[in-house]
Amino acid sequence: MELVQLLISGISQGCVYGLIALGFVLIYKATEMVNFAQGDLMMLGAFIAFGFINVLGWPFLWGFLATLAVMGVVGVTLERLLLRPMIGEPPFAVLMLTIGLGFILRAVAGAIWGYEDKTLSTPYGGGVARWGEISVGYENIAVVLGTLALCVLVFVFFRKTRVGIAMQAASQNQLAAYYVGIPVKWIFALVWAMSAMISATAGILVAPLSLINPIMGFVGIKAFAAAIVGGFGSLPGAFLAGLMIGIVEQFAKHGLPSGLEGFSETTAYVILLIMLFIRPEGIFATMQRKKV
Amino acid sequence: MRFVLKTRYAQDVDFFKHNGQRFWYALLGLFVFVAPFLLDDFYTGELSLVFIYAIAGIGLMLLVGYTGLVSLGHAAFLAIGAYAHAYFMTEGAPFIVSLIGATAVCVVIGAIVGIPSLRMTGIYLAVATLAFAQIVEKVLAHWESVTGGHRGMAVPEPEIFSWSLGTPRAFYFLVLLVLIGALFVALNLLRSPTGRAMIAIRDSEISAQAMGIHLARVKTTSFAVSAGFTGLAGGLLAHKIGYLAPDAFTILISIQLLLMVVVGGLGSMHGVIYGAVFIGLLPQGIAFLRESLPAGIGQIPGLEPGIFGLILVLFLVYEPLGIFGRWIKIRLFFSEFPLYRKSTYKRQKSYLRTERVH
Repeated sequence: MELVQLLISGISQGCVYGLIALGFVLIYKATEMVNFAQGDLMMLGAFIAFGFINVLGWPFLWGFLATLAVMGVVGVTLERLLLRPMIGEPPFAVLMLTIGLGFILRAVAGAIWGYEDKTLSTPYGGGVARWGEISVGYENIAVVLGTLALCVLVFVFFRKTRVGIAMQAASQNQLAAYYVGIPVKWIFALVWAMSAMISATAGILVAPLSLINPIMGFVGIKAFAAAIVGGFGSLPGAFLAGLMIGIVEQFAKHGLPSGLEGFSETTAYVILLIMLFIRPEGIFATMQRKKV
Repeated sequence: MRFVLKTRYAQDVDFFKHNGQRFWYALLGLFVFVAPFLLDDFYTGELSLVFIYAIAGIGLMLLVGYTGLVSLGHAAFLAIGAYAHAYFMTEGAPFIVSLIGATAVCVVIGAIVGIPSLRMTGIYLAVATLAFAQIVEKVLAHWESVTGGHRGMAVPEPEIFSWSLGTPRAFYFLVLLVLIGALFVALNLLRSPTGRAMIAIRDSEISAQAMGIHLARVKTTSFAVSAGFTGLAGGLLAHKIGYLAPDAFTILISIQLLLMVVVGGLGSMHGVIYGAVFIGLLPQGIAFLRESLPAGIGQIPGLEPGIFGLILVLFLVYEPLGIFGRWIKIRLFFSEFPLYRKSTYKRQKSYLRTERVH
């Protein structure tokens, strides 16, 4: 029973990683940029939802939708102000830029909402579902369902819609995409808006599990490891790798000898390093070596 | 722009291109030599911290600015250097032996981390080093028999042949000497075949390979040397902090080191020094700013990292060549006064193509 319980908490934690990794993959797939501030966008989304729902007292659904709208605007604004001048710059510069952006977002959130832990009130908070001896919090179920829904949504978006295919084209070759009439700049702005909204959703889903504070975005680094283990650029890969890391982490926390429990925090990184050693292209390979 | 007619080979490999440079560097040398006698102990200490940053920056610059490999985990090498040095000294090794030992440990670990770097590029490598740094942080916190765990570890006083270097002024000269030595080694490395190979790899990995450069060997060397310099800086930093704790070497330090080389100017050793001065003075500047701002804004907690991030972003967007690049432009403006062309250092933009298969 204990194992099943561990497995379940691992899955819900893994879904959190997978959800944030989804945002990474989305931006990378469509713009070939790596957004290190993904976790901080999630943090911002959670804070904004907290502002609408707890401070202003809006109903959960309205607060959720308003947060999505605000984060969409934030995403477009960030793209216009910071990322657009960087189109055509080396990927390293963009990486550094988003790291800097993460610092700024943390400072802004800390200045507005302070550094104390906050709890987001949700309609499903506190409830527990039981099957025999196994009990699962509603929050965990919400995370798993939300992640699955978003994964399917994004997958279908990239496969079936015109905009999604235009995004893939823009990422494969920016110049060629311009030539066939794809408004690459607007596509990028749209991608950032979508990614910010996904992060906000992640933030709202995660908020009941882990408290809201300006440093909650650091979980994004583990999610980033998940995105890479999954093969960076592969949506199912990111999700599966997130799950794997979440589950292994829970078992490590439980199974490591006393005094060494702290090392469970490094599970994601150990898995990442092992993966980079044996199969650098990730579970679902999307990279190939450059050929002359 | 000043062109020097080179008539001898010695002129080509000389550190200084002409006598004007010799004069200014001599003046700078004189200044750093008399500085500790003019400044009080606090500022002497701050200046030695700037020099320590610069030594670490030389290591990171070789890796990021000259080989084009990004590391988000250099704080780990700083930490390993600091702990190894403190451990060796506690075990009774003399100062110099211990410092060299700490550097050697970092070189070896850097080489081991560098080996997989052949298979990874760009972002993958950055994240692998980040993962490495996170693991090192945990190991330092838990390996209590060596590092003292979370309780921390005291660093013995530095002394050479029973001559104490504990006073700020003596320590300043020690650090200055190490910095000059490190600069000398780095500059020499850069004009050697290995250094040229590094630059070739940075500019194009494929063409470097086509010219017969052994990618794995050069990249691993670069990583090892870079880790060595950073470890050396770590050893000196241990004396500066006096008491080591694992939470002194977080990812924030790695990012601060990267900030230093980016803000200073990637791809030049001048940039390292400018960046180090910048990083060293920034906390003072922010403290000053806090006092002069109205109480409501000045007292916001967490202002400092935010300002760090803001500066990083502004530099990347508006002056990717860093402080050194800006200085070169200003110099060019005056030397060609009426004829300065704004596009001389225009950034070349390239359209990205994915390396993924679809």
